[in-house]
Amino acid sequence: MGSISLQHVKKSFGEVQIIPDISLDINDGEFVVFVGPSGCGKSTLLRLIAGLEDTTSGQILLDGEDMTKAPPARRGLAMVFQSYALYPHMTVRDNIAFPLKMAKAPKELIDQKVEYAARTLNLSSYLDRRPRALSGGQRQRVAIGRAIVREPKAFLFDEPLSNLDAALRVNMRLEITELHQQLKTTMIYVTHDQVEAMTMADRIVVLNAGNVEQFGSPLDLYKKPANRFVAGFIGSPKMNFIDGPEAAKHNAHSIGVRPEHFTLATSATSGAWKGKVGVAEQLGSDTFLHVHVEGLGLMTIRTDGDQTFSHGDDVYLTPDPTRIYRFDAAGNAI
Amino acid sequence: MARTVPASTRIGFTLLAWVIALLLFSPILWVLLTAFKTEAEAIAASPTFLPQNFTLENFAAVQDRSDYFKHAFNSIVVSLGSTLLGLAIGIPAAWAMAFAPTKRTKDVLMWMLSTKMMPAVGVLIPIYLIFRDLRLLDTVHGLTLIMTLINLPIIIWMLYTYFKEIPVDILEAARMDGAELWNEIVHVLVPMAVPGIASTLLLNVILAWNEAFWTITLTSGRAGTLTAFISSFSSPQGLFLAKLSAASLLAIAPILLMGWFSQKQLVRGLTFGAVK
Ligand SMILES: Nc1ncnc2c1ncn2[C@@H]1O[C@H](COP(=O)(O)OP(=O)(O)OP(=O)(O)O)[C@@H](O)[C@H]1O
Ligand SMILES: [Mg+2]
Repeated sequence: MGSISLQHVKKSFGEVQIIPDISLDINDGEFVVFVGPSGCGKSTLLRLIAGLEDTTSGQILLDGEDMTKAPPARRGLAMVFQSYALYPHMTVRDNIAFPLKMAKAPKELIDQKVEYAARTLNLSSYLDRRPRALSGGQRQRVAIGRAIVREPKAFLFDEPLSNLDAALRVNMRLEITELHQQLKTTMIYVTHDQVEAMTMADRIVVLNAGNVEQFGSPLDLYKKPANRFVAGFIGSPKMNFIDGPEAAKHNAHSIGVRPEHFTLATSATSGAWKGKVGVAEQLGSDTFLHVHVEGLGLMTIRTDGDQTFSHGDDVYLTPDPTRIYRFDAAGNAI
Repeated sequence: MARTVPASTRIGFTLLAWVIALLLFSPILWVLLTAFKTEAEAIAASPTFLPQNFTLENFAAVQDRSDYFKHAFNSIVVSLGSTLLGLAIGIPAAWAMAFAPTKRTKDVLMWMLSTKMMPAVGVLIPIYLIFRDLRLLDTVHGLTLIMTLINLPIIIWMLYTYFKEIPVDILEAARMDGAELWNEIVHVLVPMAVPGIASTLLLNVILAWNEAFWTITLTSGRAGTLTAFISSFSSPQGLFLAKLSAASLLAIAPILLMGWFSQKQLVRGLTFGAVK
């Protein structure tokens, strides 16, 4: 079991309020991602759940039990740190065994669990090494091994992959997702990479300046963003926003169109926005065009990779009328 | 690319370093040589460099007159005892200051250090009176206590600076892994800080070993350490240089040997491979 419930949780460091007021219910077995820009309080929120920081006010319930004041050791959660935080003076075996030793598990059980975790994580041949003799990916696996052996109520990950190179990151992303499907244990995963958020999460919490902007499934956030912030944060490349008279035509303060929701033509089309290609980023599968649209500014358009464009080409853009997002003056979706 | 330094400069600096080192070492060398001379030779008008009549009688005389081994034993008990006691207090204190600081932590650290800046004579009378009333005068445990107290600021400061270099993530990981405070300190912090703790231990053993002011004022016969031993030796005897040298040599030999064997530990160095 591992349901987590935050009720009016607030956190200040001295005078500075980092988390004004958050309430959140995470179901048992769910994979929840906290995503948001740097400094928005993702790590702080995770550390509050872990018990590594004291809550200023509000309650944190684990499986319905109030754990707000409980020290981390008593909460039964496991955490994987961005820096791995392995014990440098212990072998891989002792690192993985440490939580079990702290729980005073019998020796045979420890050996058995460590062997099993090592096999699952492809670490069997490294068990007698020290962490410094491992690669980044291996270290991260040891950190995960250390987390899984004690069968926690929930796993907390704080940007666990951000020290790895791009290829390894994709691999580890899959491994963690698979691990979740296997263990079916609650996981909270902090990242500022929205691709990780979209691909891994059952539900995503979008945070901004310590507030929850939206909490929902990845496709929900993509299709029905609650406000301009979420609309701009989820989706890559970013949504294009247009203010002024063009937005007023749609009875909105501003409108947003995702780069993938345009029809592109090279000859004049009625009702289309006319623009000139600035930079064309060719990825092979797709091309991202940065187009200067007359009167509306710079827009990013996603097209298939077969058409080639060069700087200065004239293009005509028609936004898909069914996929125009409308926002009011406060930025909320209409 | 290695920086090129002209050979002449290099040789010049090497020579200079040797000259300075020898100058610094010369008093110890003089003591070493004089201890094996006869008294007559030691004060000869035209001094010899090496002992002409190599003799060990000074050492025998020293042990006869005032019990060297008793003093040496006291020195060992006081220096080791005060250092271990200091570490037992200092490790948790430094943990708190390094990993759970408050707004006033820096002030407390500065205040502790400032107590070391005050001349010891400033508190001689109150401490003497307290020791007298608590019947701690001329006792080994009394001396151990005062030695712990005077070196505690240094112990805490040293440990604090070493602990500061330990990534707090690793301690937090231990907490998440179910380690209570005691286990966190014993199984994670201390093993990682071994080089720092070892150099703190060595430095404090040396400081306590060489401490003279409190040792001499708070002890007489029974609890005297080797510093008291030398001082008792020098005053009434006047200028018996050879015997005094023998006594000094005996007093510094243990700590000199310890320093020699542990110089690698004193020069610390351990890189933490777990982070980044
Ligand atoms: N111990 C602390 N004392 C004071 N301020 C803090 C402390 N820890 C964090 N903060 C502040 O709280 C805010 C949120 O920090 P937090 O680490 O939670 O951000 P984050 O969303 O994890 O960012 P990142 O993506 O860069 O990791 C930041 O403005 C930070 O400066
Ligand atoms: Mg963070």
